[in-house]
Amino acid sequence: MKTDSCETIAAISTAIGEGGIGIVRISGPRAFEIAEKIFKPRIKKSLFEFKNRTLYLGDIVDSNDEIIDEVLLAIFKAPHTYTREDMVEINCHGGLVAQKRILALVLDKGARLAEPGEFTKRAFLNGRIDLSQAEAVIDIIRAKTDRALAVANRRLTGEFSEKISRIRSNLLNVIAHIEANIDFPEDDIPEAEPEYISQEINNALKMVEDLLRSAGSGRILREGLSTLILGNTNVGKSSLLNALLQEERAIVTDIPGTTRDIIEEYIDIQGIPIKIIDTAGIRQTTDEVEKIGINRAMKHLQEAELVLLMIDVSRKLTDDDKRLIELVGDKTTITVINKVDLPVAVDEYEIEKLVPEAKIVKVSALKQEGIDELKTVIYDTITEKMGFTDEGLIVASERQRRILEESREFLKSALCAMAEGVPIEMVEIDIRDAWEKLGEITGDTVSEDIINTIFQKFCIGK
Amino acid sequence: MDYNVGKYDVAVVGIGHAGCEAALATARMGLKTVAFAINLDSIALMACNPSIGGPGKGNMVREIDALGGQMAINVDKTFIQVRMLNTKKGPAVRALRAQLDKRAYSAAMKYTVESQENLDIVQEEVVKILVEGEKVKGVVTKTGGVYEARAVILTTGVYLRGRIVIGDLSYSSGPSGLFPANELSKSLESLGLELGRFKTGTPPRIHKDSVDFSKMIIQPGDDVITPFSYTSEKIQREQVPCWLTYTNETTHKIIAENLHRAPLYTGEIKGVGPRYCPSVEMKIVNFKDKKSHQIFIEPEGNGTKEMYVQGLSTSLPADVQIAMTHSVKGLENAKIMRFGYAIEYDFVVPTQLKPTLETKAVQGLYMAGQINGTSGYEEAAAQGLIAGINAALKIKEKEPLVLSRSDAYIGVLIDDLVTKGVTEPYRILTSRAEYRLLLRQDNADLRLMDIGHSIGLISDDRYEKFLKKKKSIDDEIKRLKSVKITPTAKVNEVLTGLNTAKLNSPSTLAELLKRPELDYEKLKVLDEDREQLPDDVIEQVEIATAYEGYIERQMSQVAQFKKMENKKIPDDIDYDEIYGLGFEAREKLKEVKPISIGQASRISGVNPSDITVLLIYLETKRRKSHNE
Repeated sequence: MKTDSCETIAAISTAIGEGGIGIVRISGPRAFEIAEKIFKPRIKKSLFEFKNRTLYLGDIVDSNDEIIDEVLLAIFKAPHTYTREDMVEINCHGGLVAQKRILALVLDKGARLAEPGEFTKRAFLNGRIDLSQAEAVIDIIRAKTDRALAVANRRLTGEFSEKISRIRSNLLNVIAHIEANIDFPEDDIPEAEPEYISQEINNALKMVEDLLRSAGSGRILREGLSTLILGNTNVGKSSLLNALLQEERAIVTDIPGTTRDIIEEYIDIQGIPIKIIDTAGIRQTTDEVEKIGINRAMKHLQEAELVLLMIDVSRKLTDDDKRLIELVGDKTTITVINKVDLPVAVDEYEIEKLVPEAKIVKVSALKQEGIDELKTVIYDTITEKMGFTDEGLIVASERQRRILEESREFLKSALCAMAEGVPIEMVEIDIRDAWEKLGEITGDTVSEDIINTIFQKFCIGK
Repeated sequence: MDYNVGKYDVAVVGIGHAGCEAALATARMGLKTVAFAINLDSIALMACNPSIGGPGKGNMVREIDALGGQMAINVDKTFIQVRMLNTKKGPAVRALRAQLDKRAYSAAMKYTVESQENLDIVQEEVVKILVEGEKVKGVVTKTGGVYEARAVILTTGVYLRGRIVIGDLSYSSGPSGLFPANELSKSLESLGLELGRFKTGTPPRIHKDSVDFSKMIIQPGDDVITPFSYTSEKIQREQVPCWLTYTNETTHKIIAENLHRAPLYTGEIKGVGPRYCPSVEMKIVNFKDKKSHQIFIEPEGNGTKEMYVQGLSTSLPADVQIAMTHSVKGLENAKIMRFGYAIEYDFVVPTQLKPTLETKAVQGLYMAGQINGTSGYEEAAAQGLIAGINAALKIKEKEPLVLSRSDAYIGVLIDDLVTKGVTEPYRILTSRAEYRLLLRQDNADLRLMDIGHSIGLISDDRYEKFLKKKKSIDDEIKRLKSVKITPTAKVNEVLTGLNTAKLNSPSTLAELLKRPELDYEKLKVLDEDREQLPDDVIEQVEIATAYEGYIERQMSQVAQFKKMENKKIPDDIDYDEIYGLGFEAREKLKEVKPISIGQASRISGVNPSDITVLLIYLETKRRKSHNE
């Protein structure tokens, strides 16, 4: 239970629903500092110089300087605010996905996700709400907590909570074993060997990662798998997008560098939503506008989950092509050989060598040939290589995803400490933190469990 | 007929491990104290195993020492063997454990209390607590003696309505053939206190000359003796070994065939026993697959041939005890001198206590030790000391001493007792401590000696010495962080010789000390001009430096924890008046009466939204009184 007003809290404060304007609220001593890190106002002014209670237009940018959403932001200086603390409100219109991403960013920069009713609670504790309203405040907090719990419980599908419980029970066994060794050193209890402990941590880590992946699949279903079409100028990226969409969305010309902005479209492949991003062709250029487009494409590339690497088979491979391949790095990639209707100028073997792990599909985007095969390959790649599954799918809230991520970090840290030979009772701090953290999802973290497990599993009493 | 004996500040009922510490503390804090035992030959009796310390327990013995208690000093005087346990693990879980000369320990403690100024020792059974209004007034003894007292500390051990059970035999008795206290429970019940019933047990004692040690594995003490007390200098003493043997399938068969005669399974014993110290019959029933269990043969002292059979705790009938003992390798001809037994006794439900160990019902009435549902000499002594200190502080009208879970194992123990209550005889475990890395046995003085000195139980002389040690630790840590080693060829040659990586850029000595391959001693070659420091200083420097990251992490957790502990709940809070509390939470809060929001949050049945409601209520109150 945290009620520490030294912490800065944040939440999406509009009712969760599709579309419309949403508000991300931040409250606490670090509210301005956090907002400053992610907000690029149109006017050249530091956030700390903003006028109180005035809306400023600007962009929310992530750590790579990529724009997440165009927003209106206002600061509210303590004590004349709802919570009587420094507050920031970010009005975003990019829909729920953008709101969530902004919230995630705010949390990354040091805020904590607000508990249900916590803004109201702070408002009261800081003296904003008067005494006669105290009971009403309690009712609000009670109601919000209960509703949040009900929602959380509904969300906790049997399978999700079962998996968490399984991970926790495995970790509990390791913890109890270590504890039994520590508390009863002269009892006849086999020592928990480092190999066994590492193995168990590793197993738990894998299970947590699986859950994060399933949660990722759930996210793909809601938000679409971001897929980037990457290629040199004029290899036919826009034609491919059109072919996939089966409509004229992108402007297709034969002048290299026509697509200067980024185009996003959704297609549906056997029920999986795919967000296809068509980018400016990447090449060395002096055109300023095109340069901006290229830079944006590069940023999209970093975030893309799947890359469709396009090669024009009617041209010899250039240095620009080879540079592209370096950019792809270890992203999941499908190599799309375009313009198969034209005379072949590149040896297929040479293309295979480019990205050895990538599957190759031959298409003619203009003539709409090979597009169905490409869709099949995309589907196979997502399900096989990327582990997408619609079985045991988890709809994880931002909070749950965060807990899973934090647990993953504790487990990684424990594994690392094991490898370094750190004393076991210190490694155990990480294991225990992971166990407790995961308990926040299912709502049970009871240290008495450890002691009970010791006595169930081991014959104590030397 | 009652007769008046006189006026005291404090009366201590029972002079076991809790009573000794309680009586010594109040007397040393200048209060006129009287202490009663049913038999003065049983002062500080180790009625069960002749050993003190171990994980968690050893930490508490050192905490007692740092607060100015007696246990550690007398252990150092009378041990016959010392072992540091968990040496293969890290410093946070190392645990000191001593085998003691049972008679010598008891005699030493008797002499200590007898010699204590302000302290009278009387052989008497206390039968009644005198109370006027809500305040304690004194005690009455079996002979009718009335002792007036401003505070009464009950440390009655397993004597309250004690009942010994061996097979189908049972009789009213205290431990080890001593008289029970059959009347005091009624007096406690009449004060409105709720009592419960626990059970504990002990194994047979055998004659040394009848044991074949050649069939057993020797368990010697450490080569280098680590004393318990911070006051003890290096100790050199000839140590006595313990011996290890095992039960076998024959033993288990004998027990299994006689389970119908085991009071634990016939329903004869109703009190709940401790899980960490099960009788041998329970081990065999609960762990059927285990083909053998360890048996440690421990000497009860130098002046006796009695030996303690650790692991064979039982309440089976005497004939079965003989048969099963003889089935164990090396004990084929063992002569039993005392039979094992189970003992049932009354305890007082400890959620009726404040964290000062004063009862909520009666002002000035304190309880410590097994009467609070704990087991163990160390747990008893720790509570005795705290009850004594708080009784004295209250009489002197000073702030009470409440150690928190982040200060000491003693804090964990008492918080658990008064917040969660007990479901079996409570033993401290290191796994009960959230901040184990900070509550080490090696740093109890650093954690608690300031407190011990400020309440007057640590002398100025001893405190000066401590401050000197503390300063040299701090100075040396600072020095290690400032001295830079540059990667010269010579330095790297030395590092290679020590099987550790070479340096590429300058590094401080502290950074080098963090490497698992290196320690303070090994760094001497790179740090030739350093001053030679005492071992206990070096130990602290090494731990603080090598595990700095983990220690800092726990410290920041403690900072969070303390914020909630510091949000105090006033004594006069009326939970019925608070709007919005859950039903169960309201009942539990009324019962436990937590002193802080932190303590309230640890009560089972009190959930986070109840805590929010409580915070809002307290804020409302604060503002109301502010406005008035």
